Order: sequence, then C-alpha cells, then structure tokens
Amino acid sequence: MKLYCLSGHPTLPCNVLKFKSTTIMLDCGLDMTSTLNFLPLPLVQSPRLSNLPGWSLKDGNAFLDKTELIDLSTVDVILISNYHCMMALPYITEHTGFTGTVYATEPTVQIGRLLMEELVNFIERVPKAQSASLWKNKDIQRLLPSPLKDAVEVSTWRRCYTMQEVNSALSKIQLVGYSQKIELFGAVQVTPLSSGYALGSSNWIIQSHYEKVSYVSGSSLLTTHPQPMDQASLKNSDVLVLTGLTQIPTANPDGMVGEFCSNLALTVRNGGNVLVPCYPSGVIYDLLECLYQYIDSAGLSNIPFYFISPVANSSLEFSQIFAEWLCHNKQTKVYLPEPPFPHAELIQTNKLKHYPSLHGDFSSDFRQPCVVFTGHPSLRFGDVVHFMELWGKSSLNTVIFTEPDFSYLEALAPYQPLAMKCIYCPIDTRLNFIQVSKLLKEVQPLHVVCPEQYTQPPPAQSHRMDLMIDCQPPAMSYRRAEVLALPFKRRYEKIEIMPELADSLVPMEIKPGISLATVSAVLHTKDNKHVLQPPPRPTQPTGGKKRKRASDDIPDCKVLKPLLSGSIPVEQFVQALEKHGFSDIKVEDTAKGHIVLLQEAETLIQIEEDSTHIICDNDEMLRVRLRDLVLKFLQKF
Amino acid sequence: MPEIRVTPLGAGQDVGRSCILVSIGGKNVMLDCGMHMGFNDDVDDELEIKAYYAGHVLGAAMFQIKVGSESVVYTGDYNMTPDRHLGAAWIDKCRPNLLITESTYATTIRDSKRCRERDFLKKVHEAVERGGKVLIPVFALGRAQELCILLETFWERMNLKAPIYFSTGLTEKANHYYKLFITWTNQKIRKTFVQRNMFEFKHIKAFDRAFADNPGPMVVFATPGMLHAGQSLQIFRKWAGNEKNMVIMPGYCVQGTVGHKILSGQRKLEMEGRQVLEVKMQVEYMSFSAHADAKGIMQLVGQAEPESVLLVHGEAKKMEFLKQKIEQEFRVSCYMPANGETVTLPTSPSIPVGISLGLLKREMAQGLLPDAKKPRLLHGTLIMKDSNFRLVSSEQALKELGLAEHQLRFTCRVHLHDPRKEQETAMRVYSHLKSVLKEHCVQHLPDGSVTVESILIQAAAHSEDPGTKVLLVSWTYQDEELGSHLTSLLKKGLPQAAS
Repeated sequence: MKLYCLSGHPTLPCNVLKFKSTTIMLDCGLDMTSTLNFLPLPLVQSPRLSNLPGWSLKDGNAFLDKTELIDLSTVDVILISNYHCMMALPYITEHTGFTGTVYATEPTVQIGRLLMEELVNFIERVPKAQSASLWKNKDIQRLLPSPLKDAVEVSTWRRCYTMQEVNSALSKIQLVGYSQKIELFGAVQVTPLSSGYALGSSNWIIQSHYEKVSYVSGSSLLTTHPQPMDQASLKNSDVLVLTGLTQIPTANPDGMVGEFCSNLALTVRNGGNVLVPCYPSGVIYDLLECLYQYIDSAGLSNIPFYFISPVANSSLEFSQIFAEWLCHNKQTKVYLPEPPFPHAELIQTNKLKHYPSLHGDFSSDFRQPCVVFTGHPSLRFGDVVHFMELWGKSSLNTVIFTEPDFSYLEALAPYQPLAMKCIYCPIDTRLNFIQVSKLLKEVQPLHVVCPEQYTQPPPAQSHRMDLMIDCQPPAMSYRRAEVLALPFKRRYEKIEIMPELADSLVPMEIKPGISLATVSAVLHTKDNKHVLQPPPRPTQPTGGKKRKRASDDIPDCKVLKPLLSGSIPVEQFVQALEKHGFSDIKVEDTAKGHIVLLQEAETLIQIEEDSTHIICDNDEMLRVRLRDLVLKFLQKF
Repeated sequence: MPEIRVTPLGAGQDVGRSCILVSIGGKNVMLDCGMHMGFNDDVDDELEIKAYYAGHVLGAAMFQIKVGSESVVYTGDYNMTPDRHLGAAWIDKCRPNLLITESTYATTIRDSKRCRERDFLKKVHEAVERGGKVLIPVFALGRAQELCILLETFWERMNLKAPIYFSTGLTEKANHYYKLFITWTNQKIRKTFVQRNMFEFKHIKAFDRAFADNPGPMVVFATPGMLHAGQSLQIFRKWAGNEKNMVIMPGYCVQGTVGHKILSGQRKLEMEGRQVLEVKMQVEYMSFSAHADAKGIMQLVGQAEPESVLLVHGEAKKMEFLKQKIEQEFRVSCYMPANGETVTLPTSPSIPVGISLGLLKREMAQGLLPDAKKPRLLHGTLIMKDSNFRLVSSEQALKELGLAEHQLRFTCRVHLHDPRKEQETAMRVYSHLKSVLKEHCVQHLPDGSVTVESILIQAAAHSEDPGTKVLLVSWTYQDEELGSHLTSLLKKGLPQAAS
C-alpha cells in the first residue's frame, strides 16, 4: 500500500492511495496562493495599477500542484472531501485521460460548482488583450523578482478552465450520502462520513475486510451550521491520513466572529463602509447568522448588507435546501416548516440584498454607508478589486479579512498606500492541534500520516511546541512529490465457504476454545470475490470398453493428504499392535527413539519424536493396516 | 437451518394499514417507518439498512435490510414512472433473498400519463369556460402538488384568468415543505429551482371561505380528499346544486364517504338534519395515484433480481394473477400471505472466513498455469477461535499452534527377478517408469537412484539370491497414492529388454 503525495499544501491536499489493486485519488485542491505574486485584475482600467512599475501581468494562471509522480489516467476513482478541495477537478478529469468515477456528496457538488462558476466568471469577464506567457521561459524567469524566480515548474501552470470543462468534470461525479458504502471493483469499500466543516463535507473510510484507512480532511468539532463530525466511525484504523487542519491555530473562531461584529459596527456607526472579501459559501452563512442576531441590538437595522457574486443568489438558495446535511438545530427547523438559515428573513426584510455583479441593479440601489460581502478573497480578481480602489482612500472605511487562505498583508500589497482600516479576523473552524490530539486519543489509529508542516511548529513560531501533532508512534510525514509506503502488511483476505462445503467440514478441538478443520475445496474467483466450493465427486469408472492404461488410474483431482502432528507413545502403540493380531514384537531403544520389530512380518518401524518410518515388504494390506494404526495416534492438519 | 420469516400483520391481501414483521439472521424488523434516502445505517453491528428513492410521495423510500449475507427489500408504496414533481423509484441489482413489494395495482396497466393529464385539463378548462366552479378535493401531500403544477403551467400557457385557490391550512404548509425539500423532487425541478421554484405558484392563491360565494368561474383545491368532512365538504354543499359546476375526485374513496357515494352514481345525498342534497354538478374521477402498476412492479423485480418475491397490499384475486406472472417470467417463487400467516424461506448463507493472503496467492498463481482448466483443489486448515474463522495453509496452522510436523514415511521392498547389476536394474526401472508415467517427473540421479516426483527408488542386491534384486521404494504419507501405485506397478515386473 502506497501513498503518492502530489500536493505540498496541507489544506489543499491531493494524494493518491494505491490499495489492493485500486488507485484512489484523495481530493484535488487548487492552490491559488501564487496569484498573490501578480497584480490585481481591475474591472475598469485603473491608471494607478497600470502605471505601477514592474511586471503588470496576471491571468487565471491557476497552479495545479501535481507532478509526474504518477500517471493520472490510471486513477480509478477520486474521492472529494469538501468543495474547496475539488477546485482542480476539471484539470484532472479533462486533461489527463482520466476515465474513472468521482464520488462526492450533493452539497459538495452543488457548492463546488458555484465556486468554480464564480472563478470562471471573475476571470472571463476581464478578458486580457494578450496573455503573457513568455516569462515562463527559464531565461526570463531567472530575472524575475523573488517568489516568481523560485517558483517550480511554472511551465505547468495553466490557464483557468472554462464553464464547459467544469460541466464536463462535474458530470463525472456520482452523488453519495454519509455512511453509504460504495464497493470499488469488489476489492475495496469506501464510505464518506460527516466531517463537520462545511455543507456536505466528508472524511472518507477506505477499507477492505481486514484493513482500514481513514482519510481525514478539513474537519471541525465546532458547532456551526454543518452536521457534526462523525468521530466514532474513524475508530480501529490501521492508518489515518490527516490533512486540512486550521491554518490559523492561534486564533479562536468565536473570538474572531465577535471582533468581526464589533469592528463592523464601529465603522458603520462612524459613517464608513465595510468590505468583507469572501468566498460565496461557507463562513459567510455563519457571519450572516451572527449579524442577524446582532444588528438590531447594535442599532444597525438601517444599514444595507450587499452580497455581490455571480452565484450569490444560488448560494443563498442552495443553503436552504440541504436540511439533512445541517446540524440538528437547523434540521428541526425545516420540519416546522421554516428555512434553516435566518438569511432568508434578512432577504425578505430587505436588509440583505444580493447581486450578480456591481454592474446593473446594484449601481442604482447602492447606498452608503453599507457592508459589502464579495470575492475573491485574494483581492486579485472579482468585484472586490473595484471596492478596494473605491474605498481604499478613506480612513472611514474598513476591510475585514475573514478567509484564512491568503496572507492579508500580501493581498493588500498592490493597494498600498491605503488609508482604509484593515482588520484581520481569520475564521478557520478546522481542527486545531489540541482538538487533533483529543481526536487521536479517541479514535486511536495504529499509524498517523500527515503533511510535514504538521510535525514541527510553524516557522514563525518555532518555540510553540504545542502547535504540532503529538502522537505515539510519531506521525509519518510527507512532502510534495514523495511516495510513502504505508506501514502495514496485508495478511488476510475474505473468502466465502459455500454452505454445502461448510456442512462437510469436521472440526476437532485441538486446544480449549480452538478448533481445526482441514479443508479441501475448489477455489472460484470472480470480480475480486473468492468462494470455496465442495470438490467435485470422483467420477465412477465407466465400463471396461477402453483398455485402461496405467496412467489412467491417477486421479486428475487428487485429494491431498493432510499434514500430521503429534507423537507416538511406544507402549500404547505396541499394545495396539498386539490387539490387532501382531505377535513376536520386539522393541529396541535408539538414541532418538525406538525401533519396533515385527519379526514374523519382516517389518521394522522406526519411531522418533517427530517422525515414523515403516519399512516392510511389498504387502499393501499390511502397510495400510500399520498406517492406520499409526494415524490413530496423530492429528491431521 | 437459517431462514427468513415474514408475517404481514396489516397488509396481507389487503389494502389499508401496513405492518409487516420480518425475522432475518436472528433480528426482528417491523416494517414501515421513515428514514433518509441513499444512506446505510448500521443499526447495530450486524443489522444494516439502506434506503432507496421510492417516488410515491415526497420522502417515500424503499428499504433494504441486511444481516450478514442475507437481505430483504421492502418497497412500501412506490412509483416507477416519474411525475411532474417526483422522480421514479430506482433500485440497484442488489439480489436480495426476498423482495416484498406492494401490489395495489397488481393487474392494472395504466394508460399514458399524458392522456390522463390532458383529459384532466380539458375538463377543468371546459368547466371554467362555461363559467362553472371546479372543486378538487385533495389530501395535503402528493397529488395536490402534482395537480397544482399541472394547472399552474396550463394557466400560464393558455393565459387563463379564472382564479385558482388552495384551501388554507395544511396544503399551503405542504408547499412550504416542498420548497425546503427540493432535493427529494425530480431532476428538472431541482435543476431550475434557483431561477424558478416550481412550488411558488403565481396563479394559485390562498382560499378564504367567503370566496366560495364569489360570482364567476374558479378552481379550488380543498381538503380532505374524500369529501367526508371539513372545507371540501362545505364547498361541495354550496356548489352541488349547479350543473355548470364540477367536482373532480383525483383519488380513491373509502366506502361510506360522500366521495364514494357520488362516484358510485348517487345523486341524492342525505346530509345531517335529514336534509337531502341534490347533486346536479358534474362528477368526474381521475386516477392520479402514484403506485406502480403491473408493468412497474415487473420492472422493479427485474431490476433487483431477488431470489423470491412476496406480495402485500392488494386484493387476493389480482395478486394471484401477478404472482403467476412473476413466477413465469422470473422463475422465482412468489408468495402472498394473508394477515397473520407466516411465510418461511430457508436460506443457505455462505460463511465468510479470512484466508491467509499467502495461501490465496499461491493458489491463484497456480490457477494461471496452462492446465488451469482442470478443477484444482485448495488445501488448508480452518482455525476456529471464538467467532474468528481463519483459513491458513496446513504448515501455518501447525506453526501458529506451536506444533511440529510428524513425518510418516513408508519404505517397501519389491523383489525383482534380475540377475544384472544393481545399476542396470535401476536403469531399467528408470526407462520403464519414464515410458509409463508420462505426466510425472521421473529422474535418474547420479547416485544411481530413481525418483518419481518425491518418491525415491533404490535398487539393492538380495542378501541370499544373486538372481534377485530388491527395490526399495520410499515415500511420505502425503505422497501415499503415488507411492502405493508405484509399488503395484513395479510388482508386475519390468518388460523384457529388447535383446
């Protein structure tokens, strides 16, 4: 069993597991942090940005974190754990010769589609007159400023996919439900479990009858909107692959939400606007819910909230129809029947308005001061670019970063100098190291495998020994482009014994509680399932028409003799011989045992601890009689 | 003998309450309860339940109950044809030991859905055109939504102005449920719900009891569906006297209800207080029932490939007909027990054990050899410890139990008349065996001995008779058959060497 590690980004994993003749890809995240090295894509030509010195280029060069480690066309299935971890799917399903099946839950697919749709929309609506690719030439890349100069394999950086590719990729997904058991080629069973992080987010169990691998990716133990994490089903794992922990281990999500609300209120009360760069699904639901409870008490009832995204409406609508994927509280609401999320009421009362972009209706409805939720959180493309330009000059305004995926300082760099206030409230509900160690104690996997980043404190806080995984035996770590041999050996496989065969078995008790039965059976294997059937009955010889040849007597399907074990007590053996009519018996002692002589029959029986040798004349009757007497003292295997 | 037992308590040859008791693998399961679709639920360590989409009403499901390798599928009510708001029932080739299916429409093959819909719309349209009022008694869930979608799209298309009302209370709430449970409806509705939620009706408004007296045409959906009480009955009494009006009964009515009476042609109804209500309005019946018909039932049996079928929910006579059809077409036994009658199905589950990978791989590798056509025997030892069954090679079994192998060896003396030297005798034995035993490996070793597979043959001089040689044939217990065969072969002597 091997694990091919194709991504070095711990929260956007991409691993391939080879297990019992199946090749399973676990997630395919798209690492977009490299976009931070480029300038923003403005909606309207901005004189300031285009006059900035340096390299003014950026397109949807998305960076697919993979290598030539493995031929992706050999991947049988892809398991998706949450919608953030499927953003590279079109690159794999459309451009590698992949012919397998992708498994994901319905919310993962629907929301994943929205995220991709938003990304494609953001990139496509600012077509570039020309796209720069010359810089990828090694001689030029060498001359570029630092992060680009050092970037590896830039020639494999690709343009953003199209909606057509997205649809084609998504059509290869088969929907699954939590705890559903999916058979892969009869060899392996995979099961998604609730991971508590996002709508429809899952951890996966990959198991055969004797081995169990748990894949934990993006899990949360906090009570937010999704169904709670299923921890119990992770027990008894041979290997637990752990990815997708919190990116901000030192920040408490609850505290951050509080800070978010108070900063928002403060800015708006002073007449400023608030910009929240965000993804169109996920934490935004929780933020809206907090604001729903907060705005009246904070006196913000008259402040408009705008949610601007090509998929804003869909995201808000979809969130309301996935009741069975929500936490218990929200689930009970739909039986009233009431929408599970209170943003329905915010929309109804016109406190929250959503628009596909800042063109059109929004420009006429727009009132200030206001709060705007919009993407992309990297600040490199999407409507957020415009708002940064618009509001950046006034110190009344505030930008509040809640998404943890991008460094906010780097995101802000091209907009400097900025007058607007910048607040960093990263909300990452994924597991922190305290929760991980609690989880591992609870589920007790034999081995833990994780990205190397988790086995040492973060570089910026090298003294914080608590910010790493601590378990026994120590976790096996991987880095990008490594192949790990997982530390267990398969020893057993399931086989079915047909009832007729089972009936014919004769068990005998060898030791208290342990019984044995020798089995001689015909093995049938089909679709990786093994069945034992009773041996065929020996065919009766039919008449004497044909002259029998000597070799015909040897059966085609001979019944193999069992192994023997035990030892022969000489005295009792001699008694048995006498009882069976042998006389004139003489026993001699030797160095290792005894020799029993049957003088009349000219027969010699050597008996030692672990062997018996019968030497006699060619008298088959005699030999068989002696054999049966010996066998009475031995056990058969 | 393991078996599956099924006892219907309320659905055997009977349409009505449903309750079926199943005993499988030592577990008792009472059928008819709610659960989520497409989920496996490990109820305990052994009992496993999986739900399939049934398409009967919103949230309807079929269940597979599995204990070890034995399984039963219970369909509940299901519908094999998608309608305007639900998808079709579906099941995979799960090959259960038993499929328990409803058979409400055991002998009916319904005409096409399109025809019935067209018929319904035509009737409603005609009534409205002539200025009549149309009453459609419904139950809150299921058909009501189906008919609403139908009328809504028709009104839109025909640009009709007559108001459509929905009786307040349950049905309105039901529509709300539908909006929140969009994921359970059919593909088309799910795909388009963001742009247009099919359950947000533009033309259908909430009903107020005062509206019933408004002049002009209108269509009203009112509960309950059998006209036995409540709002639908109230409206019926108001409108029954006018021949321009129409009542459309979209479902089955129980005997004794007003709905049943008017459907059986009664036109003078005795109401409470000795009042007699004369029914002049048009009475229509339209079947929009969402049960599988005979074709649908056969289709499901074909999909699931069960070992046997058991029919519940239906009338004995019709079930008998379907039973024969199933037995003929699928060659499986079919049962239709009455209430309280128990059907016992013997099963013969195979026994899962763990086979050591070494043994399995050795066996599979040999299966790839050229003579693999011959049935090959796998030999091993089954170790049973508590409930843990493992099949290992005999050598491994001995090793695991800390036992040594006891070797049993035989050596037989065969006397041959041959005055030649021992080496020459051995040579003759070798060439004889080589020519006779074509399928075995016969070798002549440098030390003068001959081997056939692992059987050793040595020639020695006789101590007394120089004209006789003694062949010592030696083999282990495991090679007994070949060994004993060889001795009898050699006893017959060697063929005379060509001189």
